[in-house]
Amino acid sequence: MQSAVNRTALKSILHKEVHRFMRIWVQTLVPPAITISLYFIIFGTLIGSRIGDMGGIDYMSFIVPGLIMMSVITNSYSNVASSFFSAKWQRNVEEMLVAPVPNWVIVAGYVGGGMIRGMLVGLIVTVVSLLFVDLQIHNIWVIIATVCLTSAVFALGGLINAIFANSFDDISIIPTFILTPLTYLGGVFYSISLLPEFWQGVSQINPIVYMVNAFRYGFLGISDVNLTAAFLVLLTFVVVLYSIAMTLISKGIGLRS
Amino acid sequence: MQYALEISHLEKVYKGGFHALKGINLKVEQGDFFALLGPNGAGKSTAIGIITSLVNKTQGQVKVFGHDIDKELEKAKTYLGLVPQEFNFNQFESLLTILINQAGYYGVNRKLALERAEKQLKQLELWDKRNDSARMLSGGMKRRLMIARALMHNPQVLILDEPTAGVDIELRRSMWDFLRELNKQGITIILTTHYLEEAEMLCRNIAIIDNGIIVENTNMKALLATLDVETIMLDVKANGPNAELKEFVVRKIDSHTLEIDIKKGQSLNQVFGQLTEQGIEVLSMRNKSNRLEELFVRLVNKGTNASTHAETIGAN
Repeated sequence: MQSAVNRTALKSILHKEVHRFMRIWVQTLVPPAITISLYFIIFGTLIGSRIGDMGGIDYMSFIVPGLIMMSVITNSYSNVASSFFSAKWQRNVEEMLVAPVPNWVIVAGYVGGGMIRGMLVGLIVTVVSLLFVDLQIHNIWVIIATVCLTSAVFALGGLINAIFANSFDDISIIPTFILTPLTYLGGVFYSISLLPEFWQGVSQINPIVYMVNAFRYGFLGISDVNLTAAFLVLLTFVVVLYSIAMTLISKGIGLRS
Repeated sequence: MQYALEISHLEKVYKGGFHALKGINLKVEQGDFFALLGPNGAGKSTAIGIITSLVNKTQGQVKVFGHDIDKELEKAKTYLGLVPQEFNFNQFESLLTILINQAGYYGVNRKLALERAEKQLKQLELWDKRNDSARMLSGGMKRRLMIARALMHNPQVLILDEPTAGVDIELRRSMWDFLRELNKQGITIILTTHYLEEAEMLCRNIAIIDNGIIVENTNMKALLATLDVETIMLDVKANGPNAELKEFVVRKIDSHTLEIDIKKGQSLNQVFGQLTEQGIEVLSMRNKSNRLEELFVRLVNKGTNASTHAETIGAN
């Protein structure tokens, strides 16, 4: 009985979340396609042709998985951060708080919404990339597992950011000062094997390196990191961030006075 | 006796030390129409926030239809419908979307939610606006939307925090009729209001809260019966200033207006009889002030004096 209620509640939150970003698709789905197309044109076609191969793969094909992953990360994060903070700001989050919705359903609903947007944008970017390269698939299951776990990690991150945020500025600080640098330094545009040894070591503590490389392995069969380590890192982040989000919502941090 | 709501020793201390509730006790019977009155900052919204789990309590116990919110929060929530003081819906969603989503949070599927949304929106005269964005509604319409939303899961208890604040008199009266009808159907209604006339007209039982303490909790008739003196105003045609009434205190406001104090046990017939004997024709009559308002001021002042006295003793 309660499980049927929870299922309907989860479907309602997911429906609301998907409806939200689909209603404003010009702001949510189109910009990533344009941005990534520019990356393909500038870094792939214009500069990439002068770079030649990267890890035995032509540069354009090398950067495609990283660029898809970059759009998945950004969109999963920003969707939840923006939607949950808006719900707090307009106080319509109270609609869920007064209802018999368990906290895990709230977390699953918002994170699920962020994952759907992240993966939908990832799919759009993949389709755009087909205009520039012939994509090969080395292992579809690695691709699916990586994209699901990565979008979950960043959707959870966006949720935690929104829980703590007190203003719209607060939901742009982390993407600007942490997420973007980590993504650019996460091996999207280069193989970390090109870096001096010290910086290779530093890169090992950047979780995005694991995500990008696992994803690249799914497409191209090459990776700078061990695949098992990559999935362990992803799973650890999912578990830790989920636990943090659940604790914060249960205590009502930023939600209940 | 089945209680819709039981509150015991409820306390709330906010961060920063503000003691909003100082151990209140309250019982609301099933099917009651209950008013929670109090001045701004008295603790009404805090109490409602705790009951509906929007505010964390510091101490005490809250039971909804016997379900303790500490042990069976989700069960307790299914009984409650909340109409908050501030608009708290997504301003960019349509009315139908807001209602269907809200029903979904209570486990109501979309098909049934759509049927209920149609019924509620038609009852509250919002059906024509069902596809409009909520931000396009007037203030009164937004309040009605929040009532419709609170009813989507067929709650047993409807809690309304200042439901008619800023609503014009015509709409206020139609909302009163709507709430009376809901109460007749068996829904327990708890409301806070600043319009004391509203509480007097609608509610059977009443609690007055001031400075985090319940200063009175009784039924409306018993409360009003404690009034010793009621003051009426009479508009008279002529000779008003010459009126002399035995056993009544009469104040002559102007040539056509009299103010008369009527003590408990005295009859209005005596007033009219004496005025008729003196050839003074009464054109209209009204209460000088709302009776409940007088009681409210008296009780709140008593409460404030008592707490000030207690604080003084505590300081010593």
